[in-house]
Amino acid sequence: MRLLTHNMLSCNIKGVSNGFPLRLEAEKWVEKEVELNADFLRGIFPKIEWKALAGAARALGYNELPDEADASMLDADDFLRRFHHALLELHVEEGALVCPETGRRFPINKGIPNMLLHEDEV
Amino acid sequence: MPRPEIQAPPEIFYNEAEARKYTTSSRIIEIQAKISERALELLALPNDGVPRLLLDIGCGSGLSGETLSENGHHWIGYDISQSMLDVALEREAEGDLLLADMGQGLGLRPGVIDGAISISAVQWLCYADKSSHEPRMRLKAFFGSLYRCLARGARAVLQLYAENINQSEMIMSYAMRAGFAGGVVVDWPHSSKARKAYLVLTCGPPSMQTSLPKGRGEDGEMCSDDDESGDDESQTVGIYDRNRPRKKLKVNKKGKGREWVLKKKEQMRRKGHDIPPDTKYTARKRKARF
Repeated sequence: MRLLTHNMLSCNIKGVSNGFPLRLEAEKWVEKEVELNADFLRGIFPKIEWKALAGAARALGYNELPDEADASMLDADDFLRRFHHALLELHVEEGALVCPETGRRFPINKGIPNMLLHEDEV
Repeated sequence: MPRPEIQAPPEIFYNEAEARKYTTSSRIIEIQAKISERALELLALPNDGVPRLLLDIGCGSGLSGETLSENGHHWIGYDISQSMLDVALEREAEGDLLLADMGQGLGLRPGVIDGAISISAVQWLCYADKSSHEPRMRLKAFFGSLYRCLARGARAVLQLYAENINQSEMIMSYAMRAGFAGGVVVDWPHSSKARKAYLVLTCGPPSMQTSLPKGRGEDGEMCSDDDESGDDESQTVGIYDRNRPRKKLKVNKKGKGREWVLKKKEQMRRKGHDIPPDTKYTARKRKARF
């Protein structure tokens, strides 16, 4: 799972009003190189919750992202490269996503988060 | 072959053996690729070469996602079957995979997704496989969460095999209730095998852009598929016609009347038949004692 997906996912349990961002507990992660596409990054930037992304990247030991970001920074190549790396090149392989409100753990196995809910959570 | 939906729940039906077919059978792979290409076409993304973030609901082994990746898009795939996702890992699907149940809602932030496709998956929602399953609630949760996570004006193209007309109506009505505009596009409507129905939904209020594209093969254009060989004459059609209940003949006590008879006679005359002249006896009533 890339941080792009982590940034979109929120907790889906019934009654949870603030299920974003899911806390990332990573045990194992890998880096896979992907071609940088500036158009995609510019398009997706307004939809990204920056704090969640920076926090998740830090959980994976990547500290190069600034705490705050705005659209004007997208012109800098250096920033784009870091953004790209954090968003698309870090893959979480093993670990868990934890709901910030209920503390429910969604385990990640082989890079696939298990988001299945129990009957009483629907 | 009986429908998979009535055999077992999806997470059981798509076991390792079934999932294996999706890597080994070139026929399945080809069909899936064709459908996904068509779905992507119906998605009508702006043609500017910018990659988008798309959803693939019921991504299975990632065959449909492959088409998305080939077109440069990023995607998030949902599936409920672990075996299918394992195959997707084996095939090195480029999108992110989630083990999740679409009937429980998608669990995404609002307005972040640029489009969604789904290949032969949504009809599964119509079956209650557990005592806690209520198809209507599951359809509502699915379409509600899909509507929320899509950006304004984004489209969702859901290819599905509905078992009957009631089922497709139920799916459609829940999509409309969630706020979607759109309808069904049917490709090859006259063929039993190649026929594919796509639910094309647009997020947001109806506008010029929400007008439905035309289905393929609607105006008698022939399908190139080999399955389609053989003329209409050689097929045994009409065998069931015998068993069909006859339309009840309209019995009107009054009969057709003089006007009708005059009209018919006139018609026949124009055709050049030899018709007796109209007189006062034409279409007169019989006496009651007759």
